[in-house]
Amino acid sequence: MIEINQLSKKYKGADHFSVHNMDLRIGEGEIFGLLGPNGAGKTTLISILCSLLKPTSGSFSINGLNYASNKKELKQLIGIVPQEYALYPSLTAFENLVYFGSMYGLKGKSLKDDIAEHLNTLGLSDFAHRPIKTFSGGMKRRVNLISGILHRPQVLFLDEPTVGVDVQSRNAIIEHLEQLNAQGTTIVYTSHHLNEAEQFCTRVAIIDRGKVICKGAPKTLIAQHRNAEHLEDLFLALTGKALRDHA
Amino acid sequence: MHKLWASTYKEFLLLTRDIGGLAVLFVMPLLLVITITTIQDGTFKTLEALKIPLLLVDRDQGDVSRNIHENLTASELFEVTRGHDEAKAREMVQKGTYQLAIVIPENLSRDLDLKITENVESVLSKFGLETDSVPRPRSKLEPKEVKLYFDPTTQQSFKSSVRSNINQMISEIESQTIYKAFQEQLAEDESEEIFDTGHFISFTEIDPTNDRPSLVPNSTQHNIPAWTLFAIFFIMLPLGINMVQEKNQGTFVRLRTQPVSYATVLGGKALIFLLVSLIQFALMILVGLYLFPLIGLPKLEVAGRLPLLLVVALFAGLAAVGLGLLLGTIAKTQEQSAPFAATFVVILAAIGGVWVPVFAMPRFMQTLSNLSPMNWGLNAFYDVFLRNVGFREILPEIALLFVFFVLTTLIAMGYNNRKNAL
Repeated sequence: MIEINQLSKKYKGADHFSVHNMDLRIGEGEIFGLLGPNGAGKTTLISILCSLLKPTSGSFSINGLNYASNKKELKQLIGIVPQEYALYPSLTAFENLVYFGSMYGLKGKSLKDDIAEHLNTLGLSDFAHRPIKTFSGGMKRRVNLISGILHRPQVLFLDEPTVGVDVQSRNAIIEHLEQLNAQGTTIVYTSHHLNEAEQFCTRVAIIDRGKVICKGAPKTLIAQHRNAEHLEDLFLALTGKALRDHA
Repeated sequence: MHKLWASTYKEFLLLTRDIGGLAVLFVMPLLLVITITTIQDGTFKTLEALKIPLLLVDRDQGDVSRNIHENLTASELFEVTRGHDEAKAREMVQKGTYQLAIVIPENLSRDLDLKITENVESVLSKFGLETDSVPRPRSKLEPKEVKLYFDPTTQQSFKSSVRSNINQMISEIESQTIYKAFQEQLAEDESEEIFDTGHFISFTEIDPTNDRPSLVPNSTQHNIPAWTLFAIFFIMLPLGINMVQEKNQGTFVRLRTQPVSYATVLGGKALIFLLVSLIQFALMILVGLYLFPLIGLPKLEVAGRLPLLLVVALFAGLAAVGLGLLLGTIAKTQEQSAPFAATFVVILAAIGGVWVPVFAMPRFMQTLSNLSPMNWGLNAFYDVFLRNVGFREILPEIALLFVFFVLTTLIAMGYNNRKNAL
């Protein structure tokens, strides 16, 4: 379970909080969607939960652990699939996965078997020994996903895992994530694909300007709002239609 | 340990997949050492084999000028051409046709002879001795001036050397003329030799190396250690780029979320780049041993010194790796790391004495050179190569290199911890 209490983050030199006094609880085994326009604070929140950013104030725990006292255990317990590909372009898919798996202490035949299995499930077996730089965007996304789940994390954070990929790749990624969730992995993910989130998530939170403005099961949230047939209608109703460009 | 091994293997793969980068890393320093040594060796050979064009304007036409001409020709340093017009000689030197012109003034031989004869007669008369000639009133002779015209592009050190040689030559002629005058005045017959005119004082160059055999320094013995160090420290450039690339690719972000310490990440890099520095050292030694003799350069002499040289290379490599790790940790972009590394290596080399010997630097720069790890490495290499010392003598230098590695690595880790503290 993830418990977030009064969490805030203000970047140096910024005039506003990217995450502001946020309270959130994400239960074990959930597929939780963090939705929001650009600059809402989704990536900042995930970065804090993955130990990449230090919060300005507030606290959080994952399965009862926090980074101050259980840094190593916590890092072993979580997995992250960042928005960037985060792979070595000149190494093959297999070499990348062996390396990142080794950093979780995995080794030997079991690591290689796991890699082969994931590559097979995500349709990449034939490309295992080709350099990442020769891969399409969708293929890179799938290898990126495998890098984050090789060690079978209890909690998996995904920052826009399906951005910029074709329908087939997206479908393969979502199906693989559903299998993981069925095996007990809690999934926290951000996305701009609201239809995908509506289908995929057990619960979502819509975030804007660093605050949670609504949370719950997609169907319940849609039902609570008049004129909303889909999550996207609700999203626009809550966050407005104004462009949210940010640098 | 498994994570360190995996990190090292990953660095090995990254390095070997970048063929262009590898070529730059290994081939460029080799090209550099071959080029510099060829130029330096060629300069010495040029001075020895190709004579310096010299124009001698002899307005004296006497014994002294003949003597100067003979000495200049015998020295084999100059290609002597006779000229007649001082203005023309000056013009030709100005244009660079001749590197140097010497103008011997009119009546130099006659006046020198006269002056010395008068002086000798004066000395002998003071002693109450009779002279062969009838005493005469002292002539009023103006001091003579031998003029030297140098090409404006000539370096000061070369000018000083030539000036000193000519000066020595004239002094020799003067003293021989004095001896001759005394001989003429005092000898009973011409065959009697009153003076031993040979040199009483001579110079002997003694090698300070005690019982150990020493090497005659040549361009190879100087350049191989100097440019090996340059090559070793040059690895901070690819190492810095490697680390910045990891930040830009996002792989470093992934590593930060994994249960692996920054020391392990740096350890993998350090091991591989240390290996690179040792390969660079080995290549430089091989080039000095086998390639240089083939292209007419002096062979590198390493007999019995290889283990100590390897120790110096190892510690110099560690210092270079430490610097690279620190740079890679602090730099955010390749635009920051690459130009900084390239320039910094050149600065370290310059103040370290790779180009100009430290003793020839201004006092302030000499003090500053003590801070350059390249200077510590170079001193250790020279100690082994040229002074033929043992391990104990190079211990202070390799200790400094090791401390430098430890300090830079600790600063890199501290900076990373502070930057990414949670």
